[in-house]
Amino acid sequence: MNEPRSYHGQPVVKEPIWKPEIPWYLFLGGLGGASAGLAWLSQLRGNDVLAKRAWTGALIGTGLSPALLISDLGRPGRFLYMLRMFKVTSPMSVGSWVLFAFGGASSAAGLDALLPSVERRGGRVLSPPGARTPAWRPAHVRPHRHPPDRRGRRTRSLLPARSLSRSRPLPRGRRLLRLAARPARPAAALAGLPLATYTGALLAQTAVPVWHEARRELPALFAAGAAASAGAFATVLTPVEHAAAARRLALLGSVAELALVPVMEHRLGELGEPYHTAEAGAYGRLARGLTISGALLLAARAGRSRAAAVAGGAMVLAGAACERWSVFKAGFQSARDPKYTVGPQRRRVAGGLTRGGSRRVVAVEAD
Amino acid sequence: MSALEVRTYGAEAKPRVGFFTDTSLCIGCKACEVACKEWNRVPESPIGFTGNSYDNSIDLGANRWRHVAFVEQRKELDADGVAANGLVEAASLESLASDTGLQTYQDGDGLRWLMASDVCKHCTHAACLEVCPTGALFRTEFDTVVVQQDVCNGCGYCIPACPFGVLDQREGDGRAWKCTLCYDRLKDDKEPACAQACPTDSIQFGELEELRARADRRLEQLASAGAEGAQLYLADGSDGVGGAGAFFLLLDDPEVYGLPPDPVDTTRDVGESWAAVGAAAAGLAAALLGSVLVGRRR
Repeated sequence: MNEPRSYHGQPVVKEPIWKPEIPWYLFLGGLGGASAGLAWLSQLRGNDVLAKRAWTGALIGTGLSPALLISDLGRPGRFLYMLRMFKVTSPMSVGSWVLFAFGGASSAAGLDALLPSVERRGGRVLSPPGARTPAWRPAHVRPHRHPPDRRGRRTRSLLPARSLSRSRPLPRGRRLLRLAARPARPAAALAGLPLATYTGALLAQTAVPVWHEARRELPALFAAGAAASAGAFATVLTPVEHAAAARRLALLGSVAELALVPVMEHRLGELGEPYHTAEAGAYGRLARGLTISGALLLAARAGRSRAAAVAGGAMVLAGAACERWSVFKAGFQSARDPKYTVGPQRRRVAGGLTRGGSRRVVAVEAD
Repeated sequence: MSALEVRTYGAEAKPRVGFFTDTSLCIGCKACEVACKEWNRVPESPIGFTGNSYDNSIDLGANRWRHVAFVEQRKELDADGVAANGLVEAASLESLASDTGLQTYQDGDGLRWLMASDVCKHCTHAACLEVCPTGALFRTEFDTVVVQQDVCNGCGYCIPACPFGVLDQREGDGRAWKCTLCYDRLKDDKEPACAQACPTDSIQFGELEELRARADRRLEQLASAGAEGAQLYLADGSDGVGGAGAFFLLLDDPEVYGLPPDPVDTTRDVGESWAAVGAAAAGLAAALLGSVLVGRRR
């Protein structure tokens, strides 16, 4: 195949101007989005120990994502202009609204899960009436313990097990937060799904060849990375006896991630080349190595050894981050070289798939 | 879609205007680049020596809304270092010059120049406009595409979205800039600065319908005079961007001038993208449910 012609070897499309904030956001948005789902479901299942760690992941995603995105703007002071409109043709517009919704919901749900409250401990009166210590936050109580309630059941829900009259009332702000957290938990879990996946569409809706041509695979790849990172993050933080669900999620995500990269590259055909060269190739190989070894460690040892869980989880997390960097860099590499823009377009025209931008004959009047 | 957008202007809608850039008339004087910079107060752009023929301004960008491309093409030389023009070929080149004013391969060294003034295409289906999350990019009553600088927040999405690499971020400013087709001048019934400055009428401004008819006549003239490779680029609605407000007559394939041979408004595939997002989100939900609800309760 001849090298496509070009204008002095110059690029046809512009490389994005996005800074390192964006690949980190791709990673953290995925981590946060999938963590909210893990947290809510674990909570429903009564695993508050895991739920709490997963809510931490969601809060990290929620807290850092807007900061990264705002810092990437050319005019950070105008970040609220992102909410001037809602456009389905613009994944960035849709994503801004998703992030906005997720931010509100996951903040309420996450803070409620992390801030201790007296009800969480079964409504025990912790301070005598009149004592100055705020009863809702004694320092000596480990917040993730759940003593049995009066009938001997383990507390399953975050809702009060007993009436407020037995304990000192919570401050009003805390009560409001607890009230808000109830609908916020499923809302955050649901909003987390598009948050973890829309970024695939964000990259795909550009003229960057390796991104646009991977539009069917990128969201799935990012979903897999999100599952792997949310599971791995919770695995790192959670005592092994409570972390089985997180390990399963991390493994599922890792396997899917490892399987989807070759699928994407195969579908890209010759356009898959940027994934094997320069920085994108290096990040890709690093991602694969880290994800494979991390997942193996998690599968083999993390059920018994906390050290293995921490190490394996960290590797899977790093692998997911490297995978985003690989995709990000491959986009730049494919935009920079005109052969990736001109070549496939020329082949489309030559193959009769499209007419292309030019015509050599005079148009018929009936145009 | 653009028709709909323009219809929303109601009685204020104007006929669609644009540029017909006839590169067979371009002499590479760069008056358009200068006039554009002066009228629109476009900041200085760094100029170095590129070695790319006479092109030292490189490409379109935030600080260059017109850009003149220079291509040098040389015929094969014979043993004496003279371009091997057959008698028939020489005669046809001569008639091309006399019939159409088009000079191609020079005698002797067999060199020909291709020069073309590039500009924002003001696409019918403009990806930059479709992806702009703030609405800073909008369609004017003249059916042109303009960035509102008081709205742009510098997210940069339009920059890789443009299939022609027209837009870029202005350094130190943070916002995206491009050709406005002299929106301010259009409002005063004046032609854009570049078209007014062009000494050979290579850049022609006018109502799109009329320009397209004119371009067809010119293509016919050149083709019948034997200009091989002459082609109209983005001159009707059947390409991937639905036709352009600024279209071109080229003497060789578009990629030779740095233009994509099959430009596409990628947002036409947005449905496919959202379907993939939906499927991926469902898969993620299934993975979450499977991980948490299946297996022992821990």
